Amino acid sequence: MEFLQVLITGLGQGCLYGLIALGFVLIYKATEIVNFAQGDLLMLGAFFAVTYIGILDLPYWLGFLLTIISMAVFGYMLDMVVIRSMIGKSPFSIIILTISIGFILRAVAGGIWGSDILSLETPYSGEMADIAGMVIGQDYLVVIAGTIVLSVILFLFFKFSSLGIAMQAASQNQLAAYYMGIPVKSVFSLIWAISALVAAVAGTLMAPISLVSPQMGFIGIKAFAAAVIGGFGSLPGALIGGLIIGSSEQLAGTYLPTGFQEITAYLIMFLVLTLRPRGLFAQIQQKKV
Amino acid sequence: MRIIFKTSYLQDIKLLKHNGYIFWYGVLLLAILLAPAVLDEFYIGEMAFIFIYAIAGLGLMIPVGFTGLPSLGHAAFMAIGAYANAYFLNKGVPLLFSIFLAGLISFGVGALITIPLRRMTGIYFAIASLAFAIVVEEIIAHWKSVTEGLGGMSVDYPVLFGFELDSTWHFYFLCLAILLAVLYCTINLVRSPSGRAFIAIRDSEISAESMGINLSIYKIKSFAISGCFTGLAGALFAHRLSYLTPDAFNFLLSIQLLMMVVVGGLGTVHGAIFGAIFVGLLPQIIAIAKDYLPPAIGQFPGLEPGLFGIIMVLFIIFEPMGLYGRWVKFKLFFEMFPLYRKATFKRQKTYLKTERVQ
Repeated sequence: MEFLQVLITGLGQGCLYGLIALGFVLIYKATEIVNFAQGDLLMLGAFFAVTYIGILDLPYWLGFLLTIISMAVFGYMLDMVVIRSMIGKSPFSIIILTISIGFILRAVAGGIWGSDILSLETPYSGEMADIAGMVIGQDYLVVIAGTIVLSVILFLFFKFSSLGIAMQAASQNQLAAYYMGIPVKSVFSLIWAISALVAAVAGTLMAPISLVSPQMGFIGIKAFAAAVIGGFGSLPGALIGGLIIGSSEQLAGTYLPTGFQEITAYLIMFLVLTLRPRGLFAQIQQKKV
Repeated sequence: MRIIFKTSYLQDIKLLKHNGYIFWYGVLLLAILLAPAVLDEFYIGEMAFIFIYAIAGLGLMIPVGFTGLPSLGHAAFMAIGAYANAYFLNKGVPLLFSIFLAGLISFGVGALITIPLRRMTGIYFAIASLAFAIVVEEIIAHWKSVTEGLGGMSVDYPVLFGFELDSTWHFYFLCLAILLAVLYCTINLVRSPSGRAFIAIRDSEISAESMGINLSIYKIKSFAISGCFTGLAGALFAHRLSYLTPDAFNFLLSIQLLMMVVVGGLGTVHGAIFGAIFVGLLPQIIAIAKDYLPPAIGQFPGLEPGLFGIIMVLFIIFEPMGLYGRWVKFKLFFEMFPLYRKATFKRQKTYLKTERVQ
C-alpha cells in the first residue's frame, strides 16, 4: 500500500518533469536548440499564475487562461527578438545564450516579485483524496490529470491540425518546408510559444505543491535528465523519461538512505546513457558528412 | 605591417614570433613581478585571485575551446581540488606535494568521468557534465569523514619548505608560478599532435575519426588534463576561501568559469587570461556601479547572476570571438591600415541540419 502511494506521488512529480522535458524536446525537434531556460519559463508561469489568481484575485480558470496566454506571447517574443538571430550559429553559443537567458529571467523575477516565497490558492489544493484506501494529495491527482489532458491536446494538434502538421514539416526538413510555402520562422516562434505554454501549465500545476520562488526553475535540470533518458527527439519519450525519474526519485527517497534522492535522477541518466547513448526512444538520424 | 623573414626551420616553432612579442611580454612579466612592491595589498590579493581564475580558465578552455566538449560542471573539479588539498594539508603533507596530489586526484576523476561520457556529443555531454557536478556536490556534502560535510572545513595557511606564506605577496608568487607552469603546458599542448587531435575533434568528430584519431582516448585525455588544471586552481582557491563548504562550488561557479572562457575568447589561450581578468574584476565593477544605480535596481538579490547573464548574451550575439577576438581585430586594423575589412572575420552560418557535421 505504501509502495503504491509513493509510486503515485512519484508519478505526479514525474508528470511535472515530463511536462518540462516536453517543452525542451518540442524546441529541440524543431530547431536543434536546447532551451536551458525552460525551468525558468516554468518559474515565470508560476509567478504569472500567482499574480493573476493570488494578487489580482481573478477566478482560478480565468487566471489560468491568462497565464498560459501571457506565457505563450512571452515565448513567441523571446524567440522573435533573441533566438531568431542565433539560428545557424554554433550549438555551443546557443547553449550559453539560453543559460544566460535563464539567469536574466531569474534576476528579473526576483526583482519584480521579490524573493519572498509566495503560494497559490486553488479550488482543489489542500485536500486529500481517498482512493482505494490510499491517501493522496489532490494536487498530485490534478497534476497527473492535467498532464494527460495536455498530452492528448498536443497529440491531436500535431496530428490533425494544419498548423501542427506544418510544425512537424518544419522540424523534419526546413528547406522543404520553405518550398511548401510554410513560414518557417513564424512556425518556430509558434513552437517556442507552445513550449512556453506547456511550461506555464506545468508551473501553474506545480505552484500549489512547492513554493513559488525564483529558484523554482532549478527543477529544469532534472527535467533535462528526463529528456535525455527519453531521447531528445521523442515527445512521448520525454514524458516517459519524466515519469521514470519522478517515480524512481520518490522510491529512492523512501527506501534508500538519505542523500540518494537528490542524485537518483542523474544516476539513472548516466545508466541509460551508458547503455543506450541516444536515450531510450532515440530517433536515429543519418548524417551526410 | 611587419613581415617576418624566416632563416631557419626552428623559427616556425618559436613561441614568440618576433622581437615585438618578446619586448612586450617581457615588459608584462616585469610589471607582474614588480607589482607587490608597488601596489596595495588588496590589489595584490585580487591579482592572485585573477591568477587562480586564469588557471581554472585554462583548464576549462581545453575541453570547451579546443576539444568541443561543453562542460557545465567544472566547479566540481575545483571542489575536488580544494577538498583534496585541504584534506592532505590537515594530514600534515607538505604544501607543494599536497597541491600536486590535488591535481593528480582531479586528473584521475576527470579521466574516470569521461569513460561513460565519451560517446556523447554536444548537448548530451553538457547535461551529463552538469549532472556530474551535482553528484559531486552531493558526495562532498555526505562524505563526512573526509570533507566534514555541510559544516565546512577550514584550511590552514600554506607553509612552503617550513616558511609560512602568511603574507599576500607570498601567495601571489605561488599562484603566479603555478599559472606560468600551466600556461606553458597549455600552449605546448595545443601545438602538439594531441592538441591538433583535440582541435580536429572540435571541428568535426566524424572527419577526425576517419583520419584515424581515436575519439575516446583523446576525449579522456582532454578532460583529464582539464580536470588536473582546474583541480590545481581549486587547491589554490581553498587557501583563498580558507573555509570550505559545498555551496561555494555551486552551479554559479561553473557558469562563472564558462563565462570566463566565452567572454575571453573561445578556442584561444589568451582568451582564458582575458576572461579571467574580466571575471576577476567584475565583482569590483558591480560594487562600484551599484553606487550609481538607483536603489530599485542596485539592491536586487539576484543582480550578480542577472548581470552575468546579460553580459554573456551581449557577447554571444555581438562579439562571439570574445575579448581576445576584439583585440585581434583591433590589432589587425592597425596592421592592415587602411585595408582592413570586417568580412575577414565573418563566418558562415549552417542552417540545414544535414550540413552541420557535428
